[in-house]
Amino acid sequence: MIFTLIRIELLKIFRKWRTYIGFIAIGILVPLLHLAMYLEGQKSLEFMTRGLRDSFILVGNLLNGYWISYLILNALTIHIPFLITLVAADLLAGEATAGTYRLLVTRPVSRLQIVTSKFLSGIIYTGSLILFLAFMSLVVGLIIFGSGELIVIGNQSIIVFEKSDILWRFFLAYGFAILSMTVVCSLAIFFSSLVENAIGPIVSTMAIIIIFIILSAFDVEILREIRPYLFTSYMLDWREFFNDPIDLAKVFKSVLILSGHIIIFFTATSLIFHKKDILS
Amino acid sequence: MNSKENVIEIYGLTKRFKEVLAVNELELTVNRGDVFGFLGPNGAGKSTTIRMLLSLITPTSGTIKIFGKTLLENRKEILANVGSIVEKPDFYQYLPAIKNLEILAKISGKEVTHKRILELLELVGLKDRAKSKVKTYSHGMKQRLGIAQALLHNPELIVLDEPTTGLDPQGMKEIRDLIIRLSKEENKTILLSSHILSEIELVANRMIIINKGSKIVEGEVSKLLNSSTLKVTIEVENAEAAVKFLENTIWYKSIESITENKFILSIEQIAIPELNKYLVENDVLVNALIPVRSLEDYFLSITSGAK
Repeated sequence: MIFTLIRIELLKIFRKWRTYIGFIAIGILVPLLHLAMYLEGQKSLEFMTRGLRDSFILVGNLLNGYWISYLILNALTIHIPFLITLVAADLLAGEATAGTYRLLVTRPVSRLQIVTSKFLSGIIYTGSLILFLAFMSLVVGLIIFGSGELIVIGNQSIIVFEKSDILWRFFLAYGFAILSMTVVCSLAIFFSSLVENAIGPIVSTMAIIIIFIILSAFDVEILREIRPYLFTSYMLDWREFFNDPIDLAKVFKSVLILSGHIIIFFTATSLIFHKKDILS
Repeated sequence: MNSKENVIEIYGLTKRFKEVLAVNELELTVNRGDVFGFLGPNGAGKSTTIRMLLSLITPTSGTIKIFGKTLLENRKEILANVGSIVEKPDFYQYLPAIKNLEILAKISGKEVTHKRILELLELVGLKDRAKSKVKTYSHGMKQRLGIAQALLHNPELIVLDEPTTGLDPQGMKEIRDLIIRLSKEENKTILLSSHILSEIELVANRMIIINKGSKIVEGEVSKLLNSSTLKVTIEVENAEAAVKFLENTIWYKSIESITENKFILSIEQIAIPELNKYLVENDVLVNALIPVRSLEDYFLSITSGAK
């Protein structure tokens, strides 16, 4: 039954106009970034590597699909939550708004099955959006700009990855990005279970993410202490896959914390929905 | 199967929303094959009770048994044999009607064929609009689609919460005819909620009336209504003259209002022919005798009788 419910949820998700806002946004934005990099990318690359050129001889195709995809991933993972929230916040609240909770809950399926199918469908949507981002930035980027070495400039390091050593890092980075965005999706579904209109959950989820990101960014002693308790502090740890060596302990800890948040949000949503009186 | 087998049994059902007591110690029994009228004014607790019957709302206390099994422990098994419309008929507006039914069929707990879906769409007169999105449907069409989804999995028990709301007279008649057919030809048990007594009177064999969450009366429709006092509007050429003829009768005291060509009095239903005969024998030309039996009046008659 759960697979049937997931199929139904996916049908409902992908028959709604709002679902495609995220895909359209990425479908427009990433090609625009590609175009900008095609026209001005060389200048941008020279500016970013100006300090290196005095000490190193940089050869090869550095303005390549990997480098551009890395930049896009850095830029967009902060903004993708909004696109995820648009759909996830509507998963439960949308049924209340439309009055269709009654159709679902009066069928011989358990409320846990309904919540589980909504969560899994939300995760599938999240995954598909990130994979679309991967396709648009990485695959299209490689087609337009070709491959080459990837230069990653950190705070205190410069790492150059050989082109044979890059692709798997992107796979893991995108996998981690899916996990990060699933936390956002889970939070939005949790808020969605509390109300009967999707606007509230969208605003609440985005407010939390924005507040947490600001708190994470401020380098003040007192805020530094609460940072470990904010899930947003771990959302950008996909960058660790572009480190050498990879700090596996840090990645593992981030995966555990993010997964823990997903489990907590799922459990809370299930309990709330189990006890919820359907009055809509 | 015993014809008196209980399909729905409710014992001490109570629902409290914070300070509001929506349903209070409600008891009722619906037998197999009944078309059971569930009556009450708006806000009486009908929809709350129905939502508890369908596990949309958790009761504060009390027991609900359907098909002899407690709802709480046998929810899935029970709901696989229950079809329902709860209040207004809402669907996934952005999907065609047939897609809505296909989705609901898949989670109905029974095998529902595509042929069955098409048959139901034909039954409710929506076959030609099956592929239209529900958002293009009128309220009446959605109501009929609601009936189709309730019957999808051929349930034994059908719960219809105000199914004729918003329908035109023709639509109301079609729903009534369908209810009668489902009861008589397919032996379905039907719980029909309404705030319109005449609607229940036309189709139900048993009924309950609730008010402020509590039962007022339960029993066979024919017995309950025949024993009641009605208000009757009597249309005549000259109302004052007609009333004079009644001065020495037992009916005079129950006259409630007089206008130029009609007067209203309260009278036992069985006495109406006698009154008509009396007036005609006294050369009063009676143009019409119109019983007015609102649910409110019926409540008043029952509650005053109880006092």
